[in-house]
Amino acid sequence: MTLIKEVDYGTKLAASATMVTLTIDGEKVTVPQGSSVMAAAMSMGTAIPRLCATDMLDAFGSCRLCLVEIEGRRGAPASCTTPAEEGMVVHTQNARLAKLRKSVMELYISDHPLDCLTCPANGDCELQDMAGAVGLRDVRYGYAGANHLDGAKDESNPYFAFDESKCIVCSRCVRACAEVQGTFALTIQGRGFDSKVSSGGVDFLSSECVSCGACVQACPTASLTEKSIIEMGQPEHSKVTTCAYCGVGCSFKAEMQGERVVRMVPYKDGKANEGHSCVKGRFAYGYATSKDRITSPMIRAAITDPWREASWEEAFAHAAREFQRIQAKYGRDSVGAITSSRCTNEEVFVMQKLVRAGFGNNNVDTCARVCHSPTGYGLKMAFGTSAGTQDFKSVEKADVILLIGANPTDAHPVFASRMKRRLRKGAKLIVADPRRIDLVKSPHVRAACHLPLLPGSNVAMINALAHVIVTEGLVNEAFVRERCDLAAFENWARFIADPVNSPEAVEAITGVAPADMRAAARLFATGGNGAIYYGLGVTEHSQGSTMVMGMANLAMATGNLGREGVGVNPLRGQNNVQGACDMGSFPHEFSGYRHVSDDATREMFESLWGVTLDREPGMRIPNMLDEAVAGGFKGIYVQGEDIAQSDPDTQHVVGGLEAMECVIVQDLFLNETAKYAHVFFPGASFLEKDGTFTNAERRINRVRRVMAPMAGLADWEVTLGFAKALGVDMRYDHPSDIMDEIARLTPTFRNVSYAKLEELGSVQWPCNEAAHMGTPVMHVDHFVRGKGRFMLTQFVPTQERAGPLFPLLLTTGRILSQYNVGAQTRRTLNNVWHGQDMLEIHPFDAESRGIREGDLVALTSRIGEVSLRATITDRMQPGVVYTTFHHPESGANVVTTDHSDWATNCPEYKVTAVQVRRTNYFSSWQDHDRETGVSLRRIAREGADAAE
Amino acid sequence: MSSASRHDEKLVRMANQIAENLGSQAHDDAVAAVAEHLRAFWTPKMRRQLVDLAAAGGEGLEPLTREAVRRLAV
Repeated sequence: MTLIKEVDYGTKLAASATMVTLTIDGEKVTVPQGSSVMAAAMSMGTAIPRLCATDMLDAFGSCRLCLVEIEGRRGAPASCTTPAEEGMVVHTQNARLAKLRKSVMELYISDHPLDCLTCPANGDCELQDMAGAVGLRDVRYGYAGANHLDGAKDESNPYFAFDESKCIVCSRCVRACAEVQGTFALTIQGRGFDSKVSSGGVDFLSSECVSCGACVQACPTASLTEKSIIEMGQPEHSKVTTCAYCGVGCSFKAEMQGERVVRMVPYKDGKANEGHSCVKGRFAYGYATSKDRITSPMIRAAITDPWREASWEEAFAHAAREFQRIQAKYGRDSVGAITSSRCTNEEVFVMQKLVRAGFGNNNVDTCARVCHSPTGYGLKMAFGTSAGTQDFKSVEKADVILLIGANPTDAHPVFASRMKRRLRKGAKLIVADPRRIDLVKSPHVRAACHLPLLPGSNVAMINALAHVIVTEGLVNEAFVRERCDLAAFENWARFIADPVNSPEAVEAITGVAPADMRAAARLFATGGNGAIYYGLGVTEHSQGSTMVMGMANLAMATGNLGREGVGVNPLRGQNNVQGACDMGSFPHEFSGYRHVSDDATREMFESLWGVTLDREPGMRIPNMLDEAVAGGFKGIYVQGEDIAQSDPDTQHVVGGLEAMECVIVQDLFLNETAKYAHVFFPGASFLEKDGTFTNAERRINRVRRVMAPMAGLADWEVTLGFAKALGVDMRYDHPSDIMDEIARLTPTFRNVSYAKLEELGSVQWPCNEAAHMGTPVMHVDHFVRGKGRFMLTQFVPTQERAGPLFPLLLTTGRILSQYNVGAQTRRTLNNVWHGQDMLEIHPFDAESRGIREGDLVALTSRIGEVSLRATITDRMQPGVVYTTFHHPESGANVVTTDHSDWATNCPEYKVTAVQVRRTNYFSSWQDHDRETGVSLRRIAREGADAAE
Repeated sequence: MSSASRHDEKLVRMANQIAENLGSQAHDDAVAAVAEHLRAFWTPKMRRQLVDLAAAGGEGLEPLTREAVRRLAV
């Protein structure tokens, strides 16, 4: 095993199709026009010495180490800033250049601590490498002059340290923060000898820094270094794997010492992230080895009993006996399972297979139910398949970006950085969001339009945008004629042109000024390539599916589909939401989104699996819980999801779980749901197993095992063990065998294999006979369903209304440093940034209630009450409050209701009528939760209780 | 309200919600679409319960929902 090192060209090779040929050190080399001499040299394997250059950044030309000679030109130009030209003859090494470089290095080293042997960068220091490369043997200036050796150390950030004494002021960190991340938190302060890197006059932790790690990665010395490197030393081998957080699905090198992770470094050849990362993927991996991990299977007869540790065999046998008993007593449909978007495709596939082939029903659902199920429904109805249309790179060609109900700088930070790069180059941005999210106005980014719509009015807004486009003659008629169902279009155009859908008519519903909506619609329709990106602010509504179809209508009407720079693009919450849906996790669909009633598909599965399968849809998660409360659903197998924290109306969820006779939880930790479980299967982290994740751009990426599973089994092996105990024959030697079966049964995965993934690095489905190399952009010549279908999208107000008793609307969401229910990130140092969920409230609403910053407030809805701290901010609009759900003790979902999307039952998290008042006590639910947090988690072994 | 009543009330509410969202189509198309949606996404037991509720008077069911449920019954 070796340490993977990507090639660094110093500057990026240009993307031009025009090539130029030049001669470097006597060898001819051909590169795309616009590439630098440095990149041209590297492409033939010649590494010109450099310090301020790295190909993640634009050329800067400050270190003067990469000087070359070019025949016919005077002086020694910097190779990083000199474009390669046709016929150019370059010399990278001769006595004169060697002397120049050595002089430059002397200057650097004369003001650098010479503690290489004890320096954390020892063995991974570009300054050290360059000293070696130029043959530096002495420093004529000595070390006694003015210097920076007593420079300060800033160790405020939990994950990395800044040592000013080791800084060579190359500006790579400053440029990485600006060019790669787009935060502009760093600068060079002072001039000349006084120049130094500054995080804006405060320490790193207090600064605008978002801890993405780009500066650390860019630093050529030990000035910015991971604290894990300082503590552990350099890694000795690495493997490329995929992040276990959001739906961007970044590729990382897990850099290891034996089975210990030293650091996670974003992989430059990973196509989702191209070498960038965020604070979660880069640094927040410590949960994987948290002391809270449960590493032994456990069982108990009643949830009030303490857990008893058991062998895998005993746990499997016990769980199987219970499920068989329940089905014998209450019927075949009395059990089901929930798959996880945090598990691999292979693990999800065997879970749904266990349900369909083993339980004999279709009672399988997935956590996408509560996030992006409307995406699946809406895009399938309009386009014919349940997936986003583009790859992430497509945003680089967008001219107008319509961002709806998404906050990518917090929830999808690496994609946000890519989007911000495009915005800095001139693309226009329209933000539709009740809150003034960061992208409305941040350094070098300013939205052309912000539509601060009221929660629950998405469909009225999208209809109004479409109304303007139709009534002002802005429809792309050529596209509609060629690509869409004309009768459906004409029907829709008549519907949408009705004045009832005009911006003026819906102002009372949306709260948005009609002129702003008209301006936004005109910009989107006429501004060039228009791309729609959206998040859970679209889907988690009673009309989530309608809104998805409304966006599809808008994209079709403006001809913004089927090429780069356009499309309808869901930003998926969890890393494998797309994959979990693709793998047949929904109760009405087999893998590849084929309905269970389709005889030909079902027979294919029956033939391979050797069983008869149910042709009727099974229960969705809310159906399971409702049926449990009603007494007909008695057993559930929950893999990698915490429904007692993440799903709405917590007390109803708990009521359902308490009514069941056997709840099996498979997880890394004793989560909230496990309090109501009878069997606990310890899960494996993403570092402990092989498999694949599919990100929001349909990209299938490898997950690679870098350490043994702590509990002895990977998650797919656990499902197989349970299946075997149930008498279900599911045998695979490796996850690659499971992928082979997926490919055999799923037309869009037909050509996917581990060999293919090794060859290509990753691939976007459909990957089959028609698309051997995968499909970056969908619906290029025709839609999957043939003609695109315009859908009628009548606005239907949610039944959840604000009123005198509950005058405010609560909307929930995410924050950068925490992830989903927080099970992972709460067990890392990310808590430094977000140690508790806060209620964001507008100054007007706060003042009228006598609420001050940091006050404990009671948040009450029609169904529940919790208390949390308030923070006052004018990024909220009056009448709307906001909180996150990362901490279980906050109980955000105690107040959310059972209202849901009409088509998919995706919960309406984004609209809850509430009242807020000052309080000095926690709610009765919170008191009860604290008590059960201890009493329902006891483990009967020496050493006593395990806390979550 | 008993849990059975709440369960029934929720079924009626969800079915009406589907009808309301598909109701802007031509009437016959809307009836067919609602029935098809229920067939495609609701379990047989939920559909049966809805049919039984309609047969028992269908309190709370909107006219379009009732028509769609009648199609489920045949």
